[in-house]
Amino acid sequence: MLIESTEEQQFLLETTSKFLAAEASPKKLRDLCEDPVGFDREYWRRGAELGWTSMLVPEEWGGGTVSGRRVPDLLMFAEAFGRSAAPGPLTACNVVAYAVSQAGNMAQREAVLPGLTSGATIATWCFAGASGRWNPQSVAITSTATTDGYRLDGVASYIEAASQADWLLVTARTSGGLTQFLVPASTPGLAIQPMASVDIVRRFGEVTFAGAVVPASGVLGEPDNATELVEPQLELAAILQCAEANGSAGRVFEFTLEYMFDRYSFGRPLASYQALKHRFADMKLWLECCYATADAAAEAIERRDASAAELASVAKSYVGDHTVPLIQECVQMHGGMGVTWEHDIHLYLRRALVNRSMFGTPEHHRESIAARLIETAGSR
Amino acid sequence: MTLEDVEVFRGRVRKWMAANLPRKHAAQSIARHEVPSEPQQQRALQLQRILFDGGFAGVCFPRDYGGLGLTTEHQHAFNEEGAGYELPEALNIPTMTIIAPTLLEFGTPEQLRRWIPPILRGDAVWVQFLSEPTGGSDLAGLLTRADRSDDTFIVNGSKVWSTLAYAADYALCLARSNWDVPKHGGLTMLAMKVHQPGVTIRRIRNVSGSTGEFCEEFFDDVPVPADDVLGEVDHGWTVASRLLFHERQAVGGASPFAVGSGANETSSENRLDLTLLAASLDRLGSDYVRQMVAEAHALDTVSSQLVQRVDVGMRTGHFPPIASSLPRLMAARVSVRSADIGLEIAGPSAGAWTEQQHLGGEYGSAYLARQTVELAGGSTEMQRNIISERLLGMPREFAPDRNIPFSEVKKSQSQRSAS
Repeated sequence: MLIESTEEQQFLLETTSKFLAAEASPKKLRDLCEDPVGFDREYWRRGAELGWTSMLVPEEWGGGTVSGRRVPDLLMFAEAFGRSAAPGPLTACNVVAYAVSQAGNMAQREAVLPGLTSGATIATWCFAGASGRWNPQSVAITSTATTDGYRLDGVASYIEAASQADWLLVTARTSGGLTQFLVPASTPGLAIQPMASVDIVRRFGEVTFAGAVVPASGVLGEPDNATELVEPQLELAAILQCAEANGSAGRVFEFTLEYMFDRYSFGRPLASYQALKHRFADMKLWLECCYATADAAAEAIERRDASAAELASVAKSYVGDHTVPLIQECVQMHGGMGVTWEHDIHLYLRRALVNRSMFGTPEHHRESIAARLIETAGSR
Repeated sequence: MTLEDVEVFRGRVRKWMAANLPRKHAAQSIARHEVPSEPQQQRALQLQRILFDGGFAGVCFPRDYGGLGLTTEHQHAFNEEGAGYELPEALNIPTMTIIAPTLLEFGTPEQLRRWIPPILRGDAVWVQFLSEPTGGSDLAGLLTRADRSDDTFIVNGSKVWSTLAYAADYALCLARSNWDVPKHGGLTMLAMKVHQPGVTIRRIRNVSGSTGEFCEEFFDDVPVPADDVLGEVDHGWTVASRLLFHERQAVGGASPFAVGSGANETSSENRLDLTLLAASLDRLGSDYVRQMVAEAHALDTVSSQLVQRVDVGMRTGHFPPIASSLPRLMAARVSVRSADIGLEIAGPSAGAWTEQQHLGGEYGSAYLARQTVELAGGSTEMQRNIISERLLGMPREFAPDRNIPFSEVKKSQSQRSAS
């Protein structure tokens, strides 16, 4: 949550918040619960008009940001999404928009970016396999050069909006490193299997590549040379998960605190019990720490600072470790109603849990942090 | 007058430091939350003098009292350039970061001319006389009395948990000057000479067994001139509240007056120590150990990020000053968790160790004082009260001493005779 924001940023945030309050109300989320897509394309198009997919895209391709601080601006949207547990592939589309903006040639930008920024097109990213390790060593897809291009093989998993995507960004392992491809979802040899998810509106899928053929024109950037771009893609994805989870936790904290004043037991409001007050003090601390670490990582990513990867891991591990327990604390404060379908709190718990799981669990990111620390200590 | 540009200042600092300041060895760092030893303090006074003679003492202090009159950005630049140099960090708490800002807020120009220049020259160390043996959290319920007699207050009572009082020159002493009003309204803040007849200092032996830094003082008809009242008579609570604010800032690592890296000094060294601890015991191959090393590092990092956030938030009005309890609580929680992690990684060597396992032994011994940071500068329970009541607006705890004269307030059995 930005602690210093400009009027333009506040305006951006307000329009999206208002839109989501109306279009992603708990009632609408519940209505979408059984829907195989989980979001309405017209809703997404209208959201895109508010800038949801524009922040990381240059102006000539329909993008642009009012404050000039692209990543922090995008984080505001992600937090607003979390506050409503809103539908729509925000992370997926933005990561692809970023990758194409950074590495795409003219034809690729022309083909993908205007559609993404207008909301007409959905794109998503195929990276991790079933192991769910989001690091360059764990890329699940292999690519082999053929006479007329490349063939892709392997299974990529945990892919947001896989069944809804028009374009897939595929990170693949080659004999010489990593190569990224832009692949139309209609490519033969590519099969999408929907996954079940704990989120009420977010859909995931597993994509199987069995000899899918991609022409050389589908390579994004230089072949064998994608690692440098994959790192910021991973950082962005991780930090967007954090911001969403923070939004969910923040929203739950607020309505639970309010509830503590409304609810009386033994003739006094729950808010007056010291045993509970101290738990709220701890939750407030966690929440502010979650905002602080996500914002600090976003700044580092924005500046392409050398610390960006480490700070993204710090944020992803801390936020995952604290948002979900915070919401569970709030479930406890609500008593029995907190574990019912009728109460809205589970909508946010679901979102925070999914975000904890995707793009690296806390355990995964701690392992990255440890590896860096050991390397640093070894070089001293 | 236009202020010197930060980068120009930085350049000047860099050049001067290279020529005048000794480089720091790892062992010379003041560990986070560790209280400096007397030799460290003596060394700090020498270093302070070097800064003063070089024209770099008191970056944010007003020029009228010997400071440079610059901004916190200049202080940050100074601190960044100072990484790797010996700096008078041992003077930060309490003299530079807690006492001095309080003096600057409440002192008269005459008082400040007497008190601030010696601090900046490295000639004066201050200490806080706040907590008493009869109570810590309920500070305003203190029993030390200050009875006025003409132009002098006569002080009787006792204080405790003052750091290095025996090596200090002056103390800010909070005492009760009026017993007939509710507790907050009858207090006065006095600047007291530490070494004078009537003041007896006892050094407290701490859990590690060393006779250390914490002291207890007994006052027996100690005279304090009325000229040395800080703020107004009977308005000592106002002064104390700001003092405690500066204390939370300092202990949480957010003081703009801190020289060097301040209270968060060893954030980065702390984690390296855990890595080195694990390496020295050949435990870095364990996933469990690596997870904990990383967790401690993440918590340290988040703790500093929270300091930044609250600092900016207080400047922009997003947070009230009372939000300084957040970094304070975080620093304590992180320190406790890190102590637990240290104990866990040390394994059996925390309990008994050979020469090769000495790092394990250090973590085992340090663990004994684990609760220190949850107690010093207001217990974490008090911080949680402050956060829940004053940041979140939850109802205040029932307090039967509110709005009645302090003389009528019920007290512990052991202290009833005192009032």
